Amino acid sequence: MIKVEFLGPIKKEAVEVDMESLAALKEYFKDDEDLQDWLKICAVSVNDKIVCSLDVPLKDGDKVSLLPPVCGG
Amino acid sequence: MSLELYEGSLRVEDILSHWYQKYKDKNYGAFINFVGIVRDENGIDGLSFDIYEPILNEWFYLWQQKAQKEGAYLLMAHSKGDVLNHTSSYISAVLSPQRKVSLRLINEFVEDFKANAPIWKYDLIGGERVYAKDRSMAIKGSGLLYNKER
Repeated sequence: MIKVEFLGPIKKEAVEVDMESLAALKEYFKDDEDLQDWLKICAVSVNDKIVCSLDVPLKDGDKVSLLPPVCGG
Repeated sequence: MSLELYEGSLRVEDILSHWYQKYKDKNYGAFINFVGIVRDENGIDGLSFDIYEPILNEWFYLWQQKAQKEGAYLLMAHSKGDVLNHTSSYISAVLSPQRKVSLRLINEFVEDFKANAPIWKYDLIGGERVYAKDRSMAIKGSGLLYNKER
């Protein structure tokens, strides 16, 4: 299982799912209506490293995080 | 490391004084700092912040390495939670042997901070936190999990 957490202003509890890649997770999320507007603008990290490619394998215990647009300071 | 996170408004005088005392005898000739102050505008009572610390720590660590290649050293303090108008949520500073490196780095550092540091800002209005979406910047690679063909 991998854990997916939704950071900052996304008001959604973390979920645990059985996925082998980010590409599979993208497919999994396509039917989640409430999440679509966030998915358009969120960056993605795997085990706290920002990733820019779907070609990232996932293994049991990995953590995927969705990061909405930021504004520190 | 020198990344400091605090609950609520920053005690600016204490933090800057501590940094000055700590580094004044390390032979840096320049100490440039930037202090952000929350402005009273658009009817807000203040701002509020969420921070994702694991990625913030890594982002700051990479910047510290970059600065040290130029003989410089970075300092940063940021608030978590609520920060009322006319108080401060952010301080960054650069120490370097000469001023030109510090003056350039402080600008580059703050620009990248705004674009990539995993911190989310909310306006405090009537006791509610309202995500400052229009003032926020999407991190590089955003939209990766959005399926355009759904």
